[in-house]
Amino acid sequence: MKKEYIITVYSENHIGLLTRITIVFTRRKVNLESLTVSESAISGVYKFTIVVNTTEEQIVKIVGQIEKIIDVLKAFYHTNKEMIYQEIALYKVHTESLYEDNTIEKVVRNSGARILEITKEYTVIEKTGHKEETQALFEELNKFKVMQFIRSGRVAITRDPIERLSEFLKERDALLESLD
Amino acid sequence: MTKRKVTGSQAVILSLLEEGVDTIFGYPGGAIMPIYDALYDFDKHVEHILTRHEQGAVHAAQGYARVTGKAGVCFVTSGPGATNLITGIADAMIDSTPLVCISGQVASPLLGTDAFQESDVVGISMPITKWNYQITSPEEIPEAIAQAFYIARSGRPGPVLIDITKDAQFAELEFEYKKCRKVRSYVPEPRIDPFKVKEAAEIIDEAKKPMLLFGQGVIIGQAEEELKAFVEKTGIPAAWTLLGLSALPSDHPLNVGMLGMHGNYGPNLLTNEADLIIAVGMRFDDRVTGKVSTYAEKAKIIHLEIDPSEINKIKKADVAVLGNSKKTLKMLTDLVKPNKHDEWLSRFRECDKIENDKIIHNELFPTKPGLTMGEVVRIAGDKTNHEAILVTDVGQHQMIASRYFKFRQPRSNVTSGGLGTMGFGLPASMGAQLGAPDRTVIAVIGDGGFQMTIQELGTIAQNKLPVKIIVLNNNFLGMVRQWQQLFFEKRYSFTELQNPDFITIGKGFGIEGHKVEHREDLDSGIQKMIDHDGPYLLEVVIEKEDNVFPMVPTGASVSDVMLEPNS
Repeated sequence: MKKEYIITVYSENHIGLLTRITIVFTRRKVNLESLTVSESAISGVYKFTIVVNTTEEQIVKIVGQIEKIIDVLKAFYHTNKEMIYQEIALYKVHTESLYEDNTIEKVVRNSGARILEITKEYTVIEKTGHKEETQALFEELNKFKVMQFIRSGRVAITRDPIERLSEFLKERDALLESLD
Repeated sequence: MTKRKVTGSQAVILSLLEEGVDTIFGYPGGAIMPIYDALYDFDKHVEHILTRHEQGAVHAAQGYARVTGKAGVCFVTSGPGATNLITGIADAMIDSTPLVCISGQVASPLLGTDAFQESDVVGISMPITKWNYQITSPEEIPEAIAQAFYIARSGRPGPVLIDITKDAQFAELEFEYKKCRKVRSYVPEPRIDPFKVKEAAEIIDEAKKPMLLFGQGVIIGQAEEELKAFVEKTGIPAAWTLLGLSALPSDHPLNVGMLGMHGNYGPNLLTNEADLIIAVGMRFDDRVTGKVSTYAEKAKIIHLEIDPSEINKIKKADVAVLGNSKKTLKMLTDLVKPNKHDEWLSRFRECDKIENDKIIHNELFPTKPGLTMGEVVRIAGDKTNHEAILVTDVGQHQMIASRYFKFRQPRSNVTSGGLGTMGFGLPASMGAQLGAPDRTVIAVIGDGGFQMTIQELGTIAQNKLPVKIIVLNNNFLGMVRQWQQLFFEKRYSFTELQNPDFITIGKGFGIEGHKVEHREDLDSGIQKMIDHDGPYLLEVVIEKEDNVFPMVPTGASVSDVMLEPNS
């Protein structure tokens, strides 16, 4: 059965690595729902957060293949339940429509969104949440015509109290030492 | 080592010498000319073999790597030079062959401009290399090459490509070489879990009908002696994959033959009766397993493997023992109880008898007028005392040669397994000969595959490589024709070949040859080939429409192995 999984990949910051990682998906015809890349808490170690819809059988193999990439330190996969995750969305609406009636203001307040910038022509609203939440706000705002909309890739953090990467790095360093 | 100022090109050659490279296969061109210019001064230190096509260079490097265990090295220019390597790199990737391919690239300011002979070879080769890297400044050269060799050879080996821009070849650097001993993000050998070994040993001790399947992992890990010790202590029948061939002598009493589509009857049939499968350094390729859902149904699976991503990839392992098979086999052997499985082993021997009566005898000692591939291979094997290196191409002859050649020593079989690359055989035989100059190298090739890389006869002649080439000529793309006969109602769609006079072609390249058309000429023809000092081309005209049996048809269970059409 297919469901949504979050893959986190810790890697070196090398040119071409993103392609190497995405090839693993392309080869198995698995589409990426979202992708976020940035430097992790460990300096020099980069973190990819990838969301895919696939089966557990497939995800295990995909993660195995990603870990096999030389410049990848470690890859994990999680179900949505195992992680706290957010996406950020930006909405641009006509400033006029804010003044015409107070619905937009209410919507913004009730959804926990915030206004980033107001000009004579447009207003930019920001909302952080799960896709369903940012999508719901889009539906509401779109009644007044959203000029532009963008949603980021997912960022996620485990519910696991142990930082598995640091544990892993410690073990791996010991193993590499023992190879000498 | 003191630093000294050299050009990037000199640094490339010096780095290769530091890695112990003695042979380079390559083809020059614009973007790698500075490296070739540097090579000119090192001709006493390293041998460069100029092939006739870059594909020839990469397959030769594969042949060299497979018989030596060292990384094969290729030089090619940018653009078409680099793209001509791709088939060989893909082949090396799927067959875990260590290669270091060095390609020239257009000067760095021209990258991405569609410059003459520019191709994004790093991008193109990404899915089929273990690692690749583009060098744009000379300082990167020693470290990148050191890392390339380390990655190519360690763990599960594979091909690595280093792309070097022309400006980095010309520019100077302070050269200092340090061998690479580790890469932070790369664990070549997983840590062995002794509890898993213990668990495996307990299962092995209890098994009534155990079978061991060995693949190339045994050869790569140089675990041939450990494998032998293990099967001899436990009395477990051992069968091989195509690439595991020669890891255990053919005449070893516990060697029960070849697995898979054209493997032996016993190991295929009895896989589905076994209560335990011990898979060592093999990956349950679909040509081995047939229909996976009914494969080894009654068996527990113990998987000894160096690559964690192979565990549970195709067949779920009850116990996975990660690590180098040389170590894990030894640990297992120490733990298991001495045992015998004579009754179970006799089942394999009964199957052998059936297979011999139905197939093998007729293939090796035919009475019908047409020559068989089997008799050619048998005589070639016998006449070299089963001590030769066999290099095969892909197709019917490959299956027949693998089944019947027989081996006494490891690293004696070079073939394209996973990718099934026609055209592999002839160039690979050149590399095998250079890697093992004191051994007889016999290349068995079909008439189809021979014509895919036939120009390498020029390389063989120029370098006087004493390769013995046997072309088994049935004027057909035989394996495809066999499938057309069996599964496509004999609709022989584009499989018949009008062939040139191979012997004349050989002579044109300066290679002696002889064509055998009749049985009475076969023995002396093969003898003449073996006795000949230098390369030799023996063409043997064989029966046009012979088939390779047994056969596990695609999608069938291994236990449905057929001994004849529609049996």
